[in-house]
Amino acid sequence: MSDYILQLEDVSKFFGPVIALSGVTLRLKRGEVHCLLGDNGAGKSTLIKTLAGVHMPDKGRYLLNGKEVSLRSPCDALDAGVATVYQDLALVPLMSVGRNFFMGREPVRRLLGVLPVMDHETANRISVEKLADMGIRVRDAEQVVGTMSGGEKQCLAIARAIYFGAQVLILDEPTAALGVKQSANVLRLIIKARERGISVIFITHNANHAFPVGDSFTLLNRGQSMGTYAKGEISKEDLLDMMAGGTEMSTLLDDLDGVTI
Amino acid sequence: MLDSSLAGPPAATPIDERVRGVGTVRKLLARPEFGAIAGTLLILALFLMSAGDSGMFNAEGIINWGTVAAYLGVIAVGAALLMIAGEFDLSVGSMIGFAGMMMAIPILEWGWSPMTAVLFAFACAMMLGALNGWIVVRTGLPSFIVTLAFFFILRGLSLAIAVLLTGKTILSSNGDVILREAMQADPMVALLFMGHVLTGLFDACASLGWMAARDDGTALAIGIPKVVVWWLVLTAVGAFTLARTRFGNWILAVGGDANAAKNVGIPVSSVKISLFMLTAFCATLFAVLQVADAGSAAADRGLQKEFEAIIVAVIGGCLLRGGYGSVIGAAFGALIFGMVQIGIGYTSIDNNWYRVFLGAMLLIAVIFNNYVRSRYSLGKS
Repeated sequence: MSDYILQLEDVSKFFGPVIALSGVTLRLKRGEVHCLLGDNGAGKSTLIKTLAGVHMPDKGRYLLNGKEVSLRSPCDALDAGVATVYQDLALVPLMSVGRNFFMGREPVRRLLGVLPVMDHETANRISVEKLADMGIRVRDAEQVVGTMSGGEKQCLAIARAIYFGAQVLILDEPTAALGVKQSANVLRLIIKARERGISVIFITHNANHAFPVGDSFTLLNRGQSMGTYAKGEISKEDLLDMMAGGTEMSTLLDDLDGVTI
Repeated sequence: MLDSSLAGPPAATPIDERVRGVGTVRKLLARPEFGAIAGTLLILALFLMSAGDSGMFNAEGIINWGTVAAYLGVIAVGAALLMIAGEFDLSVGSMIGFAGMMMAIPILEWGWSPMTAVLFAFACAMMLGALNGWIVVRTGLPSFIVTLAFFFILRGLSLAIAVLLTGKTILSSNGDVILREAMQADPMVALLFMGHVLTGLFDACASLGWMAARDDGTALAIGIPKVVVWWLVLTAVGAFTLARTRFGNWILAVGGDANAAKNVGIPVSSVKISLFMLTAFCATLFAVLQVADAGSAAADRGLQKEFEAIIVAVIGGCLLRGGYGSVIGAAFGALIFGMVQIGIGYTSIDNNWYRVFLGAMLLIAVIFNNYVRSRYSLGKS
């Protein structure tokens, strides 16, 4: 068995003349939280979509459990145990919690022994249970998702991915739109996922969120990897500097007296 | 022993102090079909007051406006489900004219058996429906534009093909072949699309004096037209599909957020294309029933039906941008439509007010539905 559950080896992706990713290597160990940091335009989105099966890499190799794979669609990725929680969360606001939780993978029972119908009782029961595991109480599973807070929706999306057997959970900026308290909830959830043996790729541009939960950190800048560091090897300040492209950050902060990011 | 009795039942789940209880009324208000049902009761009350003794509410009167509602209700099932999936079809009316032609021409000109011709019409229409859907999902263009194109294409085709092959635009006979007689002679067509059900019950009621009778003792209202049966069956199947099946969940998801649906692995394109085929099926069913009833096919049949179907779906609680709605609501919308269209003739109000009334009702329904949805479903004020 390979040490790494997921590997991208020297992957490049081009869109016409644009080099979105250039020779990026990312290795995810079993049961670790791997933070992927980068400023806007660093290629984070392209990298996620490559991991999630939306794009195929133009160059390089994609390995799961040490075996090379070619994922042609998000379905392939899901079947292989790689689940992605996008920023838009893939939730439908006007649908109930139960319907959202099982969207696309509805439990089916036979009505009167013949007619295949969606098993709403099971869907509602499991979704409430799984949300409770994550510390979210919903008044009932018939409640529409649009009434939930941003943090609760994030938790619902993560709970769903875990329930459907994700081995690798890719979280695309899960804390970007959240307040302080809700961000803390989501970070706790990431720790919980790790405790269950799930490997997490946590994409963010907020080093303050990445640092407390991450086991290793990969930095992206302008489509290139600037290296992977284990937790003990790098300080938060170094992370910030590297994300911003080195010296720029310190010059920027000189102008803004007393500000820390 | 003492311990276990002291422990009592397991502690109830703590209640979030920020969530308040939801009353039955509030839950009822949050249902998409609430507006249409309330509207139906209101319109019913208005007509009972203004035309209660005019004959609108005896057996013939009810069958009269019920039939109008049923025709519209048949196409509203397709329109509502398609709208919930986030698309709409402006070619329904033209499709009705086209499907009628695709059925009448083979019977009259080519000597096909009527049932074969009916199946041929369904096949042609559903293929065109699939083409509509395919273009929409492949190009990503709004269905408004794509189906507007087919609105013109199909109407033009119906006229052009009819003139090319028969020299006429209204077809009821060709030499000795008379359309109505040919259809009546085909047992399957007669069974499925022609005549009435419960005629015996109606005659019995007439003989007991509960209904108006003709001179020969049979009921003045012959029975319940087949179109009403089709309407009820289609509505039941549509409502069941939406509420209880996997496919229903997919329809809601595709209309609510197509991108989200795609990301969780729902075949968005297939769902949309199949619903475009469903609207074409409903339009053809409308056409076959109408041709059977009228005894003729005409290239200009189904004028404005696309708009009426959309209005009915909206009154029924469907959101124009999809993701929310009800097939049952659409059935009540059709009922409102039928009652107003026919009922206004029973009152002293001039018929021209019908359209004014309809437009106003559409506007009120949209505003009301939007308000109710944001306030009671999403909990916003």
